Amino acid sequence: MSHWPLLSLVTFLPLVGAGFILTTRGEAETVARNARNIALSTSIIVFVLSIALWVEFDSSTASFQFVEQARWIKFGGLQINYHMGIDGISLFFVLLSTLLTVLCVAASWQSVHAQVKEYMIAFLVLETLMVGMFCALDFIVFYVFFEGVLIPMFLIIGVWGGPRRVYAAFKFFLYTLLGSVLMLLAILAIYFQTGSTDIEVALTHAFPFGLQKWLFLAFLASFAVKVPMWPVHTWLPDAHVEAPTAGSVILAGVLLKMGGYGLVRFSLPMFPLASHYFTPLMFALSAIAVIYTSLVALAQTDMKKLIAYSSVAHMGFVTMGIFAVTSEAVQGAMIQMLSHGLVSGALFLCVGVVYDRMHTRDIDRYGGLVYRMPAYAFVFMAFTLASVGLPGTSGFVGEFLILLGTFRVSTLECFLAATALFLGAAYMLYLYRRVIFGTITRDDLRNILDLSPREKAVFAPLLILVLWMGVYPSSFLVPIRASVDHLVQQVSAAQGVQRASAE
Amino acid sequence: MPVSAAPDFLPAVPEIALACAAMLLLLVGVFRGEGSARLVSWLSVLVLIGILALTARFDGARQVGFYGMFVTDPFALFMKALLLVGSAVSIVLSVRYNDDHRIARFEFPVLVLLASTGMMVMVSANDLITLYLGLELQSLALYVVASFDRDSVRSSEAGLKYFVLGALSSGMLLYGASMVYGFAGTTGFAALAKLLTTGAMPSAGLVIGVVFVMVGLAFKVSAVPFHMWVPDVYEGAPTPVTAFFSVAPKIAAIALFMRFLIEPFGGLLAEWRQIVVFLSIASMVLGSVAAIAQSNIKRLMAYSSIGHMGYALIGLAAASPSGIRGVLIYMAIYLFMNVGSFAVILCMRQHGRMLEGINDLAGLSRSQPGLALALAIFMFAMAGIPPTAGFFSKLYIFFAAIDAHLTGLAIIGVVASVVGAFYYLRIVKVMYFDEPAIAFDRPLAPELKAVLVVTAVVTLFFFLLPDPIVGGAEAAAASLFGR
Repeated sequence: MSHWPLLSLVTFLPLVGAGFILTTRGEAETVARNARNIALSTSIIVFVLSIALWVEFDSSTASFQFVEQARWIKFGGLQINYHMGIDGISLFFVLLSTLLTVLCVAASWQSVHAQVKEYMIAFLVLETLMVGMFCALDFIVFYVFFEGVLIPMFLIIGVWGGPRRVYAAFKFFLYTLLGSVLMLLAILAIYFQTGSTDIEVALTHAFPFGLQKWLFLAFLASFAVKVPMWPVHTWLPDAHVEAPTAGSVILAGVLLKMGGYGLVRFSLPMFPLASHYFTPLMFALSAIAVIYTSLVALAQTDMKKLIAYSSVAHMGFVTMGIFAVTSEAVQGAMIQMLSHGLVSGALFLCVGVVYDRMHTRDIDRYGGLVYRMPAYAFVFMAFTLASVGLPGTSGFVGEFLILLGTFRVSTLECFLAATALFLGAAYMLYLYRRVIFGTITRDDLRNILDLSPREKAVFAPLLILVLWMGVYPSSFLVPIRASVDHLVQQVSAAQGVQRASAE
Repeated sequence: MPVSAAPDFLPAVPEIALACAAMLLLLVGVFRGEGSARLVSWLSVLVLIGILALTARFDGARQVGFYGMFVTDPFALFMKALLLVGSAVSIVLSVRYNDDHRIARFEFPVLVLLASTGMMVMVSANDLITLYLGLELQSLALYVVASFDRDSVRSSEAGLKYFVLGALSSGMLLYGASMVYGFAGTTGFAALAKLLTTGAMPSAGLVIGVVFVMVGLAFKVSAVPFHMWVPDVYEGAPTPVTAFFSVAPKIAAIALFMRFLIEPFGGLLAEWRQIVVFLSIASMVLGSVAAIAQSNIKRLMAYSSIGHMGYALIGLAAASPSGIRGVLIYMAIYLFMNVGSFAVILCMRQHGRMLEGINDLAGLSRSQPGLALALAIFMFAMAGIPPTAGFFSKLYIFFAAIDAHLTGLAIIGVVASVVGAFYYLRIVKVMYFDEPAIAFDRPLAPELKAVLVVTAVVTLFFFLLPDPIVGGAEAAAASLFGR
């Protein structure tokens, strides 16, 4: 294993790029071009480095790898260390973040004209914060990254967003902040229990049941908003609709995963008894999210809003899988999150393609695109089917594993969730039919252009990954498996002890 | 009573030196006439830096002088360093402003120096008499400074309002002090502390006396419900004076509050904690809710400072070394955020006229990106968003609250901080999301620029090197308990 501080490099290199962009001077046009080039090259370098993480990753162990540790703040008893490391649960989220940043920079090449310099800086800072969050192994470090994400995202929605951007940006910020601050208090309470803010220490600490319940709820307040779970999902459609295309991609692709990641990383292993206690609640919320938001998605007339609601439904699947706490279900939840990150990101990019041309997301304004844009129709179809969960795409693997794992725990829950497979197919195909098929009725659609080479280059890696994950999921499941198995064993052992002592 | 072998006035040398320097500068001003304001201002800044160096020469030991009425310990040194920096920066900020507004008189820096002397005495008070002396020296200077723009109705009104309400609060404080003396038979903090450690039930009169003193102090830190004067005074006073008011006197008052409650009356914790908790909750809630409707940025800063005092009081309510540490760190970081914000407000000028409307900031990110970035950093810091310094100050406060089992207080605190985040974000929104309306005058004054850069860098990059402030606060807090 290399002795390079690889994780810190991946985390902080984007800031170096942002620093370079900050120093660019000159004509507006030159500055914009330089900013784009620097951002693209930085994000590509970071992505290549993160590939090295995957290559070097040891799939046989559940312990943390690439660990870095340094003293940071000492405050009385409160010793905060800069502690970074990844395991099978976080590895692919890091890769997802670095990949999507590259694609976002590329996708914004022409669609963003105003304040390009600031835009690119915001995305690079965002990348640092996202990657750092998935790597952090100290609660305070984690929290700094977790909440720091709000600042660039607030600016991205608010500065480069649509007509109701101010409302959406505030709603996004305040919703998420309220959840996070409660988690901060829980983190402090954990410190007073374990005597450390180190995540590795807390993961193996046995908290008393009464405290677990409160801590679980405090963490849930933060993660449920991020996931988002019903009924705290209402910020998501607003934020998605108003955010620029690349902002939506990052929101759906990575920011929602922060919630799911948090539940897997913290809530399950630290509060196994509380997780068990609240499982019926989590199942109920997940089932409502899946069915209700699917129905809502059917009624949407705005493409982005429809995909936003489908995100809530898909993340409902994820939370269901996580709280089923079987090895298959949790692995399925992980794959589903990765798959959703790629697929929903791609779908938002698809919307972005036609939005750049027509400047509307109204479904009724489209129709018959297949005649003018065959390549686009193909790409859109591929991701629509992946979202529906067609075998051979990544969506299938995730949903299948989740249903399989959940069936062993609760047949009813599995049945309720399965209805969403049907509803999901309904709203996605309905969307596809209205936008792509039919006859061209609008005059302005007669001259619309098909995908440019740049756009094809953006979609290509996503398409390859979605098919790869669908056809040969082992490449992704193997690194995840050791960590997830370890997690599930640990949680069931703790829950088993509790059940045994209760009898 | 331990009387040190060294000359008795040694602990008070910085205060004595500062008072002498202030009088010397007054003479300089008188002899050189009206045109000497600039010279006296910069000399005052030098004096403050010199006093800071002199203060820093004390080692960590606790020294008592004037027969136990005056004390110098790491706690006092930390707070004095903060308030000296605050005063010096306020004078720096005022030079250009006073010139432009034709109120450049040499009395201004001299009054600030005298107020600083009073504040230093407050921080070092070890007796009710010293406490009152310091407080009044500070207050009298401040009343004059508030109405320094004497031809402006608003400024005169601010000074008058401050004077009437301040006098009322001083009266209450004095009344409380006399009750304490009446029921305890002593005014010395050390003797009072000894009296309360015997374990006997404190007499009701003593408790009432303490409550009255607390009312007076709550007025000085502008905690709700004794905050009514703050928005009007902040709005009416000249902006550099507002900047001064929002930092140095607050730091001195909260230091006095802490010493008064922890040292002599630590034994009455159960009695005074509920009052502090109430003050804290009321300040946090009012500070965050009332600021939402403001359109004048100075009024907004007034409510913001009320809210910040509420957070600082959480640390006092915890009444533990970690709580006091939290307050010290909070005040240090608050100093930087607040001075920086006011430096930006002082940059809001069009054709030489000051602007105070929040909407005047519209589109600042495009007309002056550097200035907008600085104010955005301060606003995110005040809202407590990581990785800015403001997050860490709140972290330490809530750390102490959870430690002291004040969970309910902590929950109200974080929820209020989310409400408060709304109005800080609104400023960011106006600067970044709205279309530019007004272009501010350029270039900025070099001293303003320097203050802005330093405060913004400290606020943003505090997390890289927190040890100087955190370590200093730790030693200072320990000294308050280590007897």
